[in-house]
Amino acid sequence: MTQNFEPKILGIFCNWCSYTGADLAGTSRMKYAPNMRIVRVMCSGRVDPQFILKAYKEGADGVLVAGCHPGDCHYIEGNFKTIGRMQILEKMLAQFGIEKERFRLEWISAAEGDRVMHVVNEMTTQVKKLGPLNWKEVSRSKDIGHCEEPKATKQSPLNK
Amino acid sequence: MTQKLKVGIYWAASCGGCEIATLEIAENILKFIEVADLVLCPCIADFKYDDVRAYPDGYIDVCFFNGGIRNSEAKEIAELLRKKSKTLVAFGACANWGGIPALANLYTKDAMIERSYITTESNDNPQGTLPQTSYKMPEGELHLPKLFDSVHKLDDVVDVDYYVPGCPPVAKQIWSCIEAIAAGKLPPKGSVIGVGDKSVCDECPFEKKTEGVRISKFKRPHLEKPDLTKKAELNNKPQCLLEQGFVCMGSATRSGCEAQCLKANMPCRGCYGPAEGVEDQGAKIASAIGSLVDSQGNSERSAEIVAQIVDPVGTFYRFGMGNSMLRVKKL
Ligand code: SF4
Ligand code: SF4
Ligand code: SF4
Ligand code: FES
Repeated sequence: MTQNFEPKILGIFCNWCSYTGADLAGTSRMKYAPNMRIVRVMCSGRVDPQFILKAYKEGADGVLVAGCHPGDCHYIEGNFKTIGRMQILEKMLAQFGIEKERFRLEWISAAEGDRVMHVVNEMTTQVKKLGPLNWKEVSRSKDIGHCEEPKATKQSPLNK
Repeated sequence: MTQKLKVGIYWAASCGGCEIATLEIAENILKFIEVADLVLCPCIADFKYDDVRAYPDGYIDVCFFNGGIRNSEAKEIAELLRKKSKTLVAFGACANWGGIPALANLYTKDAMIERSYITTESNDNPQGTLPQTSYKMPEGELHLPKLFDSVHKLDDVVDVDYYVPGCPPVAKQIWSCIEAIAAGKLPPKGSVIGVGDKSVCDECPFEKKTEGVRISKFKRPHLEKPDLTKKAELNNKPQCLLEQGFVCMGSATRSGCEAQCLKANMPCRGCYGPAEGVEDQGAKIASAIGSLVDSQGNSERSAEIVAQIVDPVGTFYRFGMGNSMLRVKKL
């Protein structure tokens, strides 16, 4: 089943560098995996960690945030904020049990169409290997009252 | 005289603090009993579930429901009280979003039971006895509530009319809610009541906006004291605790408590829940704190600073796990 699985990856790209880079990949007819849907934002500093959690909750298998290289941000230090935010988010995702390959922050300039191609292909392969995230299933939110009799676990003296 | 209000107070997965907080309305209790009769309150009076079952539907005018939905008993009583109450109020952090008990959503139920009944250092359980839902005795079979796999908020199981947040709600706000109910002056159904309309920062005695401040070291309030001599540039108030490096949830948290923790020099832990317009309190505070990290555009430098934030999920969703976007851990 994982064989046929085509991951859904959300790309959140900043307008000035990374989105232009993705455009370049397109106009240069570079071939990359069709699994990513891009949302354009003015700056990676606009990316609220809420967007990313929402993406997973709504069915994304992976999220790629891309912005200008530090020092090149159109708004000077917008992406300085992105770094801290995304690093805290990465720690949180790990605590929620979301594999680290499902989230990626990349610096992609307007000239780096090939980088878009490489990153998207690599991420698609990695997420494909992991399989669907399927958070609706994970959160069992509809499944109120889902419960089983507590089991004696490995360490439990009941099993000895 | 018009009929007295019939009020119910119930606890589900709760610590009892919400009832104690209600008693903090102090001398107003005398005014309360002038206008209201308690018809259910397991914390202080001996009502049986069968008494409640015998009430006609809609008999209880207002039911303050505290605690989350952790087991089959809580769900059953929530459904019963919904039927018997004209107005059902989710009272306190646990009923609103699962509260502290919902942090268990980061573990499996089995792991939690094992920790509670087997491996806790102070346990004395050589037989490894675990809670069971039925037990055969000579006198017959006993049935006990079933523990659910995760903790739910009240409105996951029943329709809720009003939300009063806080862990626990502060007495002044509780009284303002009771007055509003007694006077029949309630906002539209679904409103959060007994709160302010801004964030905790708005009521806070500390001050931000010291231009260009960045955090290069995170501090923990039980290990370090805030520096009250540091003043904000804007005015002469002491400098914001977050800017000083203490994780403070104030900016993502709804006002209403009059920033009582801050007045005791403690950072806000977020018990009044997401501020207006905030969907996920934890992600919002990650955004606010992340933007203050002194990364200087350097990922390694930033990573070293971020590594000092201990347990971000447990801290940012201390009260709100049951209401967070992800809600549980993927296992
Ligand atoms: S909201 Fe706080 S005080 Fe109220 S029951 Fe929950 S833990 Fe206790
Ligand atoms: S972040 Fe905390 S210390 Fe700073 S102003 Fe807001 S509530 Fe006050
Ligand atoms: S300051 Fe924060 S943690 Fe303290 S009571 Fe207010 S909302 Fe709750
Ligand atoms: S404009 Fe590209 S990261 Fe800020």
